[in-house]
Amino acid sequence: MTTTETGITAAADTVGADGPVLEVTDLHVTFPGEPDDVRAVRGVSYQLRKGEVLGIVGESGSGKSVTSLAVMGLLPEGAEVTGSVRLHGEELLGRSDEQLAKVRGKRIAMVFQDPLQALTPVYTVGDQIAEAVLIHSRRTKAQAWARAVELLKLVGIPNAEQRAKAFPHEFSGGMRQRVMIAMAIANDPDVIICDEPTTALDVTIQAQVLEVLKAAQRETGAAIVMITHDLGVIAGFVDRVLVMYAGRPVETGAVDDIYYRGRMPYTMGLLGSVPRLDLGERAPLVPIEGNPPSLTRLPPGCPFQPRCPLAIDACGEREPELVAVPGSDHQAACIRAGEIEANNWGVTDIYPVPEIPEDTIAQVPRADRQVVLDIEGLIKHHPLTKGVVFRRRVGTVYAVDGIDLEIREGETLGLVGESGCGKTTTLMEILELRRPARGRVVVLGRSTDRIGAGERMRVRRDLSVVFQDPMASLDPRMTAYDIIAEPLLAHNHPKDRLRSRVMELLDLVGLSAEYAGRYPQEFSGGQRQRIGIARALALEPKLVVLDEPVSALDVSIQAGIINLLEDLKARLRLSYLFVAHDLSVVRHIADRVAVMYLGKIVEQGEVDRVYGAPAHPYTQALLSAIPIPDPEKERGRSRILLSGDLPSPANPPSGCRFRTRCPKFLTLSEDERTACIDTEPPLRGIGDTDHGAACHYAEEREVV
Amino acid sequence: MAKFLLRRLANYVLLVFVATSFAYVLAATSLDARTYFESQTPRPDPAAVEMILTERNLNDNDPLAERYVRWLGGVVTGDLGLTVQGTSVNDDVQRRIGVTLRLIVLGAVIGSVSGVAIGAYAAVKQYKIFDRVSTVTAFVLLSIPTVVLAVILQIGAVMINDLLGMRLLLYSGEYSAGLQADWWGTLVDRLQHLILPTLSLALGQLAAYMRYQRNMMLDVLDADFVRTAMAKGLTRRVAMRRHALRTALIPVVTYFAFTFGVLMAGAIFTETIFAWHGMGELLVHSIAGNDINSVVAVAGFSAVCVLLAALASDVAYAWLDPRVRVS
Repeated sequence: MTTTETGITAAADTVGADGPVLEVTDLHVTFPGEPDDVRAVRGVSYQLRKGEVLGIVGESGSGKSVTSLAVMGLLPEGAEVTGSVRLHGEELLGRSDEQLAKVRGKRIAMVFQDPLQALTPVYTVGDQIAEAVLIHSRRTKAQAWARAVELLKLVGIPNAEQRAKAFPHEFSGGMRQRVMIAMAIANDPDVIICDEPTTALDVTIQAQVLEVLKAAQRETGAAIVMITHDLGVIAGFVDRVLVMYAGRPVETGAVDDIYYRGRMPYTMGLLGSVPRLDLGERAPLVPIEGNPPSLTRLPPGCPFQPRCPLAIDACGEREPELVAVPGSDHQAACIRAGEIEANNWGVTDIYPVPEIPEDTIAQVPRADRQVVLDIEGLIKHHPLTKGVVFRRRVGTVYAVDGIDLEIREGETLGLVGESGCGKTTTLMEILELRRPARGRVVVLGRSTDRIGAGERMRVRRDLSVVFQDPMASLDPRMTAYDIIAEPLLAHNHPKDRLRSRVMELLDLVGLSAEYAGRYPQEFSGGQRQRIGIARALALEPKLVVLDEPVSALDVSIQAGIINLLEDLKARLRLSYLFVAHDLSVVRHIADRVAVMYLGKIVEQGEVDRVYGAPAHPYTQALLSAIPIPDPEKERGRSRILLSGDLPSPANPPSGCRFRTRCPKFLTLSEDERTACIDTEPPLRGIGDTDHGAACHYAEEREVV
Repeated sequence: MAKFLLRRLANYVLLVFVATSFAYVLAATSLDARTYFESQTPRPDPAAVEMILTERNLNDNDPLAERYVRWLGGVVTGDLGLTVQGTSVNDDVQRRIGVTLRLIVLGAVIGSVSGVAIGAYAAVKQYKIFDRVSTVTAFVLLSIPTVVLAVILQIGAVMINDLLGMRLLLYSGEYSAGLQADWWGTLVDRLQHLILPTLSLALGQLAAYMRYQRNMMLDVLDADFVRTAMAKGLTRRVAMRRHALRTALIPVVTYFAFTFGVLMAGAIFTETIFAWHGMGELLVHSIAGNDINSVVAVAGFSAVCVLLAALASDVAYAWLDPRVRVS
């Protein structure tokens, strides 16, 4: 059917001469601990052939990273590793650090997740790449340096000769990840292991880095192991997929088999819980209930059993092995895989689809609804100062530079943009409820520049916030009860009805009353975020500001929180300002969306209009950069790649701020360009709708 | 970089000036040079005492500002004034400064280098036997004041000497008086005298550096960049040295300036206990003898030393951390 499948069978025939490059067999990793050992990896096996790309998918704690660190011999001392890791038939496990060092970086290389931390801050990037070259070859320092510069050019660092002499802190995240890739391919390795290489990056940068990885693979012919939690990233990138859960592989096979013909309920649930950029209709997401098991005390049966809607008694007896689906190399570890196959069950057949109540307010025309939040020409500039004793202003950061937003009752406005675009500053300006430097913030008809302290306190009742990091935003010394009761006490809620109100709120966010006495660290990430939401809803606000509320959560948990937010909105007639960088989530939850770039709104309108026919080149690039968890579609898509990084908000380009990275600008004639360089484009309506784009040459285009 | 250091240097010169001026005002108002003459028998003529005091710029009946200006005028031309006895403070300082510098420089260098080395190794071997032993040792050393440590060292030296049946470790003075020996014999004799006082200063330093370096090292041990270095093909040991230790040194270097003050305080006791005729001893004697100009000279010397240590810290910091150098 596809080339990947025939490729695998062909290779399977010739094991031996053209055998696997990397072969991992029954790998176990245990971290000894008190009172119980942590069994992080329990029997992982895979084979990687020359030039093949294998995706390892799993949520946090599934053992996917530990597996690859074990392969590299980079686990901390004390970890117990058993099984076999063979590179070209040679056993790597049990080798000394000296022997392994000869293999690392030479035949197996690795790209890590967080590029900001992965480079040594005190050496130049050129030196660090040259070091990788020098360790494994007999070259002079000058030759190694020349090779480092050559590698930097290869991974697309402009001005490589000069940039090689710069230190890591002078590079942006995306550029540092390119440096990491240059380092990984320095010695033409046979295998490159990429551990979440794009997770810490913005989508447009992610698209660039994935392109660089593809180029690196073409250059070296290396096989790649791509570890990720993002089902979109690997859909168009890998040949085969290995899904891990609780330290074990639960399903493996060709990418199309996994995505379209899943046989393990976990994989199916994972795919069902991802909000889709390409699907317009608002079907509720399918959350997987519960949390992954603790790796210290695993139950005897299938580790997914407690969360599995298909679980039967037999599931609890022993852990199922990977069993082949007849006629392919697709394997699934589920005793009911045959049934799923026979009945051709899809995700919605297995998982109960949650019911979200009908949003009654949606029937009222938008213009007739009350304006909950109105922002006009909001400006926030930070002074850039220098000196300790004599502070002087040396510049201005144009964090938010004149934006208009409007949210009406029962509406969700998604505010999206890459890091550094000013979305968090906007949010903080709103939450402060102070008179802004310039512009107006009107909450429920009350302008913040005229209200006194008492009035401001009353406005706060109607405006609440949910933060990104559910751990950091809850005081670890307070119980869930105290946390939720705090806003009530601050606003003089009647003491006799305090307890009943807290219990009511816990119930509202789907937590049982027995949790009230527990401390934040006893909850999982998803549950903590539920407490955060309960706290935000305590005073029955009209408008809830959500600052990346799901970005710190695993997808299966994220789905539950998104469903909860939608449910609460319909039931309590809330309005949301939803700040996020994940455009798929925003498409799912928002009614309207505003796209921000360098302190300006570049496009705004109804979600379906903006996503379906984006008019601003930036929105188009942003949307096209987002991978879709659908291999077929992914392979057919072409990305609009943006060049370079976000310019500094202290020194934005003249005229249109996006022109330095704009793909459209490049196609314009000299005359047409003058408008972009000289005048800043205002947000102009397209057609007769309120869909607007701030581009002189706005043109609607389909990109998803 | 040069600009950064020059600016720092200018700041330090100003600080030395301020610190020494404060020391002068404090000494000139709280010490009474008159007592020196009053305790003499026969009592000198009060009018003559007045004259002598004024001549030596120690008379508390003269306005403080006048005395200060006179003192400052001398200092600027390199004259630190006169002692109560009328001898030059400069002579005293010249004789003693080398003695003290030898002690504190050796103490600081030995203490910091070995402390950093042991601390870094202990971090790499966290919770192993080396780490446990060094941690306990460090806490014991930190909890013993220099005075007590010096005395313990003396007692220990006596025991060792008795055990060996020879005078290996010497604990009084800087060299044996009236020693007749060639230059080699002189050197050995000096070293025998040097070991114990240096050790009593260095051990406290060593313990402090050990703890600090261990903590800093633990912070970077699991850093991603150390893992990257190993992924490139460095062995764990080389990655530790080249990437982890190098980065973990940066905060420790700033510590050098702070510990130097403690070291100076320790030197005062060490010199007194081991009968070294250095600046520390001078300070003790001059306070006891109400010798204002000598007290100020020692205070000024301490200020210069501490700020030179701070400058050394700055240079090392800039050298180690490119983020300072580049921006």
